[in-house]
Amino acid sequence: MNLDAVHTGLALFLLANLLAGLWRVLAGPTPADRMLSTQLFGTTAVALLAMEADTRGMPSLRDVALVFALLAAITAVAFVRRVWQPHGDGK
Amino acid sequence: MNALALACMVLGALFFLAGTVGLLRFPDVHARLHALTKADNVGLGFLLLGLALEAGSAAVAAKLFVTWCLVLLASASVSHVIARAALRRGVEPWQR
Repeated sequence: MNLDAVHTGLALFLLANLLAGLWRVLAGPTPADRMLSTQLFGTTAVALLAMEADTRGMPSLRDVALVFALLAAITAVAFVRRVWQPHGDGK
Repeated sequence: MNALALACMVLGALFFLAGTVGLLRFPDVHARLHALTKADNVGLGFLLLGLALEAGSAAVAAKLFVTWCLVLLASASVSHVIARAALRRGVEPWQR
């Protein structure tokens, strides 16, 4: 079984995971639940980009994956500080 | 395509599945956070390990390892921050 078949299969599987995670965005009672699916997006994007770097033969994608990991963290912290200020005017 | 790399990647994908199922089915924020972060870190770790085994050069493996360490640190601190904010807003962990 060659490399690309496995990588493509895994990539599709991860995308299916993402779609399932989207349901949490719809149903999530609290804003924090919706934030969780963005965390899932970030990590899955890192995994996908790392895999695509091999199949596409583009080593630069690994740096993109690194940036994605960083941005996912920053988004969550920004969410907690801005939207969900416990004692501030948050919802 | 050596079998070990394949096994690692499939195992990583399984952990991702566990994380997503945990995200969907667990009763409250804290449990979902727990499931999501654990599965992602371990899932991503195995996936990147599989990729590192496939990748010939050590530089690529080192870069993937650094990415994994960053994701570990990031999701650990992020889940702490979110859980603290949730607790402060009165989202109590689910008791049976």
